[in-house]
Amino acid sequence: MRLECQRVSKTYEGPDGPLSVLEDVTFGIEDHEFVSIVGPSGCGKTTLLKLIARLIDPTTGRIAITGLDADGRPQSALVFQDHGLFPWMTVLDNVAFGLEMHGVSRPDRLDRASAFVERVGLAQFANSYPHQLSVGMQQRVGIVRAFVTDPPMLLMDEPFGALDSQIRIVLQEELLRIWRDQRQIVLFVTHDLDEAVRLSDRILVMTGRPGRICEEIPVPIARPRQLSRREPSEIAEIKWHVWELLQDEVRKSLWIPD
Amino acid sequence: MDSRLIGDRPRRSFAKRVERCGPGLLVAAALGAWEALARTGTISPTFFPPPSSIVTVLGRLLLEGEIAIHAGVTVARVLTGFALGAGPGLLLGLTMGASPRLRAQLDPLVAAAHPIPKIAVLPLILVIFGIGEFSKVVLAAVGAFFPMAISTMAGVRQISPIHFEVARSYGATRLRLFTRVVLPGSLPLALTGARLSVNVALMLTIAGELVAAQRGLGQMIWFAWQTFRIAEVYAGLVVISVIGIALNVILDRFSVWAMPWDTDSRTTAARYQF
Repeated sequence: MRLECQRVSKTYEGPDGPLSVLEDVTFGIEDHEFVSIVGPSGCGKTTLLKLIARLIDPTTGRIAITGLDADGRPQSALVFQDHGLFPWMTVLDNVAFGLEMHGVSRPDRLDRASAFVERVGLAQFANSYPHQLSVGMQQRVGIVRAFVTDPPMLLMDEPFGALDSQIRIVLQEELLRIWRDQRQIVLFVTHDLDEAVRLSDRILVMTGRPGRICEEIPVPIARPRQLSRREPSEIAEIKWHVWELLQDEVRKSLWIPD
Repeated sequence: MDSRLIGDRPRRSFAKRVERCGPGLLVAAALGAWEALARTGTISPTFFPPPSSIVTVLGRLLLEGEIAIHAGVTVARVLTGFALGAGPGLLLGLTMGASPRLRAQLDPLVAAAHPIPKIAVLPLILVIFGIGEFSKVVLAAVGAFFPMAISTMAGVRQISPIHFEVARSYGATRLRLFTRVVLPGSLPLALTGARLSVNVALMLTIAGELVAAQRGLGQMIWFAWQTFRIAEVYAGLVVISVIGIALNVILDRFSVWAMPWDTDSRTTAARYQF
């Protein structure tokens, strides 16, 4: 399958007239690809994910998913920055939520959910409530909630943004491990260049508002990648290249003269 | 400095002990003072009969069984009024919370009707529903309706938008959105509303009984006052207070049961050792 965004624009009606958030965004993602989006804050990364998730409609342009076998699975699942778990459901019910919405019977969905909960080492917390978990655990639950529905496409909106750097590395590895087995398309929004380079096959760099894609950077580093090892020079090089592209945009978005 | 630290220790633990049985101690001290002042005639025992004589009167009334009948009638009215008022209040609160359009339409109406003291509506209710049983229940229901509706509406509105987004991103239907997000998300405030509601229902039932009733604790108190049996007035107040506490304890227990995720309701219940 393939995800195709063609000349996608999104304009909001703001109090001071129309506000253009995304302008003429065009890119494609092939099957099994892990793609990151980086850009200055407020450049419309989250809006782009919501457009692809069909939570909102584009003002102009077209978003198409081709070659998808229509077997009733959801097209995509979103992972939110601050996990968005339901505080009134147990970990297991939270993970099973997507399946529940797609009409999977209770014993069936709890079976599948607990397999995933076990896989990320949270079996003993299956019947706990989200507030009883640490932030790292909560985010793991948020991630498997998306994976368990087995969507052909995972949309992740800075899922590790709120975590400290050590937990982040562990969860990045965990994410890659699950992804290695499932092999969905992953579209991963982040503000962390390290994260983008370490995780993805390709990085889309966006400009400040209105967001456009200014460059696509491939990351030709062999997998499985060892995240905790001292980084090879090609990683540093790619990171530097991304930063060169981004720094002006970031300064502009902060109103800092260069 | 060391000696001061050591000296501080027992005092602190004593303070802690006092704090633990604080409310009970305070009540006991106040009752003791009242008893002493009334027995020595410092305050008029006619208006402030000593607690011991109130207890004696209460015991007599309980033995005679009359007060149980009054209490039963009052409780039945409170519960019926609560059900008739809080039920529709819950429904309206949920729909007003979920629908901005309906909220815009109905909010001015609710805002205008809510501050009217409900007891002032009693004459109108008596005219419309007669002086029978139903008018007292209607009064309690009218009072119970508003806190329930307003709290539930606030409960729906404080649900984080992200939860609606999550549900929609997984393709939740309207029905599932309601049962899995709106209902549980608004439950903490809805149950707070229920608590306010049941207390208002109790207050208004008693108030209605003072004015127009053949039986009930309000009527009992009014009759005791007219025949100047002040100890019986106090005895009636004690029974009303016990009913109020019981209703609140029941609702608290229900909250803990209905919201296993809500640690607030748990710790409250634990603190008061319900």
